[in-house]
Amino acid sequence: MSSVQKLLQVKELKKEYVSGNPILKGVDFSIEEPGLIAIIGPSGTGKSTLLRCINRLIDATEGQIIFNDVDICQTEGKALRKLRRQVAMVFQEYNLVERLSVMENVLSGRLGYMSTWQAWRRNYTQQDINSAYELLESVGLAEHATKRADSLSGGQRQRVGIARAVMQNPSIILADEPTSSLDPKTAVEIMELLEKFSLEKNIPALINMHDVTLAKRFAKRIIGMSDGYVIYDGEPQGITDDHLKEIYGGESWLD
Amino acid sequence: MAGLNSMAEGNKQNPFNRSGWNIVLWILAAAYLVYSVQSMGLSGERFLAGLGHASTLIDRMFPPNFERWELLLSGLGESLEIAMISSVSGIFLSLFIGVLAARNLMPAWVSIPVRGFIAICRSFHPVIIAILFVKSVGFGALAGILTLIIASIGFIAKLFAEAIEEISIKQVEAIRATGASFSSVVIYAVMPQVFSRFIGFATYQFDSNLRNSTMVGIVGAGGLGGTLFSAFQRFDYDFVAAILITIISLILLWEFLSTLVRRIF
Amino acid sequence: MATIDYHWQRFSSGQKLARFSVYLFFITGFLYSIRSVEVIPEFLYDAPEQMMDLLSRMWPIDYSFYPLSVHDAMIETLNIATLGTLVTLIFAIPLALMNASNVVASPVIHWISRFFLVSSRSINSLVWALLFVAMFGPGMLAGVLAIAFRSVGFIGKLLGEALEEVDMGSIEALRATGAPWGAVMLKGYWPQVLPAFFSIVLFRWDINVRESAVLGLVGAGGIGVVLNDSMNLFQWQEVAMSLLAIFTVVVLAEILVVNIRSRLI
Repeated sequence: MSSVQKLLQVKELKKEYVSGNPILKGVDFSIEEPGLIAIIGPSGTGKSTLLRCINRLIDATEGQIIFNDVDICQTEGKALRKLRRQVAMVFQEYNLVERLSVMENVLSGRLGYMSTWQAWRRNYTQQDINSAYELLESVGLAEHATKRADSLSGGQRQRVGIARAVMQNPSIILADEPTSSLDPKTAVEIMELLEKFSLEKNIPALINMHDVTLAKRFAKRIIGMSDGYVIYDGEPQGITDDHLKEIYGGESWLD
Repeated sequence: MAGLNSMAEGNKQNPFNRSGWNIVLWILAAAYLVYSVQSMGLSGERFLAGLGHASTLIDRMFPPNFERWELLLSGLGESLEIAMISSVSGIFLSLFIGVLAARNLMPAWVSIPVRGFIAICRSFHPVIIAILFVKSVGFGALAGILTLIIASIGFIAKLFAEAIEEISIKQVEAIRATGASFSSVVIYAVMPQVFSRFIGFATYQFDSNLRNSTMVGIVGAGGLGGTLFSAFQRFDYDFVAAILITIISLILLWEFLSTLVRRIF
Repeated sequence: MATIDYHWQRFSSGQKLARFSVYLFFITGFLYSIRSVEVIPEFLYDAPEQMMDLLSRMWPIDYSFYPLSVHDAMIETLNIATLGTLVTLIFAIPLALMNASNVVASPVIHWISRFFLVSSRSINSLVWALLFVAMFGPGMLAGVLAIAFRSVGFIGKLLGEALEEVDMGSIEALRATGAPWGAVMLKGYWPQVLPAFFSIVLFRWDINVRESAVLGLVGAGGIGVVLNDSMNLFQWQEVAMSLLAIFTVVVLAEILVVNIRSRLI
């Protein structure tokens, strides 16, 4: 029997911004299956840092992150960019290029596959353009395609962000608090979209969130972080109030 | 009640402080005015005599004399060529130099020397740079072109770098995360945020080069300035007036064109 | 299953045409200028060598020259810059008010003020200096007037634009109370343009320091006179000393301006 193929493996990840003050103190987990995985934990516990280490937007201080059989912490240059284009990221503040159109933002997902000249001339392949339109339709924004990104509402922008991410044809989606800037109804819509694409493309989606109810509702697996370590890793049903107390501290917010 | 009182006191503090400072500043300004006017060694009679000369001069400038229009035209043509070549080259170079000088995109070992270079380009007045070039590459348009390229870089690259440093880095982060190369990131995430400002700087500099190209000739670096200077030296004030009118019309025409260009981009 | 081929283009056809024409204009202009400008290629290739030769003649810098002539001349240069900037306000502020569409509504007045502002900017300070030297004779007075007349256009234009960006809400409120024009100016417009005003004036002062340094080349006082004399006598090491002084003062002025601006804004 072949061993389970690990889609992502994080080993003893440590990160300190200021020496002597580590944010991540030794994070270990691995992902073997597609589906939604929620990372919960209080602000400042390193959830964002963790995600950004996975696609090397931030360099880890120590540890390994194995993706596609390669330690992404040790990869540089072109090879790094090739790995990166397989890791798509959705941001809390959408991070769209505001002055460009919605279409260009979605198509920017393909930039990892294009040369600089093509990027400048906006020489997208017909296939890319078709996929982009189809993606926009599936997130319900097809009629906004030529509008400027900053003319959209928050929820719409996040949908464009997700379309951009899926456009990369990634092997994994990372989402850094994608719903924190949105109202509850829109937040659910976004989670549904993430769930849908994760199932359709058969890829894992690693999502930071602080809304535990939302996490329990959508995630197949929950990773709870506190004080720079993973202290819970398992099914959503398994999370008890004690776990939450340990992660978030204090009791008053539980009711 | 107590709250209202303390609010009133708080309001009382501020205006007093501000007008205190203001008064000090005005007094300093007035004192300086007195000192510097004195250092001019300006006497009433000298000033009046000057006014007399001024009116004679202005008389002799009108009507403007366009007789030597061929000379005027060739000087103008050379100025335009100098402005065109140095602006296009300068703008093109500044695109790259500006990016290299941006501290939020480049490591310190790149941005610091480049910023130093830009600072040197800016520090000297184009006339001084023109003189140095004239002394080294000889009289004529080449000196003017090189001078204005340096001047363009000093202006555009500096402001461009500053504009880049003010962008929202989140957009850059997102495009980086797609696996795009550095230049693609610049094109896709940086340029949309700063390009319209860059065009503004570029048109401003083209305008400035157009003006300077009519002036560097005074020290021999080619263009209308040389014609102007010789006219002055020969006391051909009516020809001077003709040249000045040409220069002003040229600038007006360019200002009109540049608003068009900015609207297109 | 038939797949639809979607069509997408970044710019509309009209935009594409416009952008293309602009590029075309500049590239043809550039190429035409390169062909017709009179540049002797040998001088171009010779240039680096000649520049190095000149620079080597400037070394070592003649520091003893500083107390002899440079110091007093630099003080005079600073005075020209500062006094000139102060004098310019007398003309620039009224012209700015006349040019602001939210202060004065009449388009005739706009055209008149714009004419003066553009003329002032189109004529280089060096040319203004030539004019004033012809009128008032060589010396500091010509320099101060040259700086003043050149700066009017700069400050007037930017100040006018700052005035137009004022929030009209408070102005309307003041007018509604029946306040006289002067009060509306002082309490309504002035506090809002205050930071922009100082920023613009400081910016122009900084530029004027640089400009004042070269006015002496045509006789209008300051370090330029010293520079001109040294160059005519081929005393390159003294030239280097003057250049160093100019550079230092310009850098110090810029640091000063940056500091003041960061405190104001």
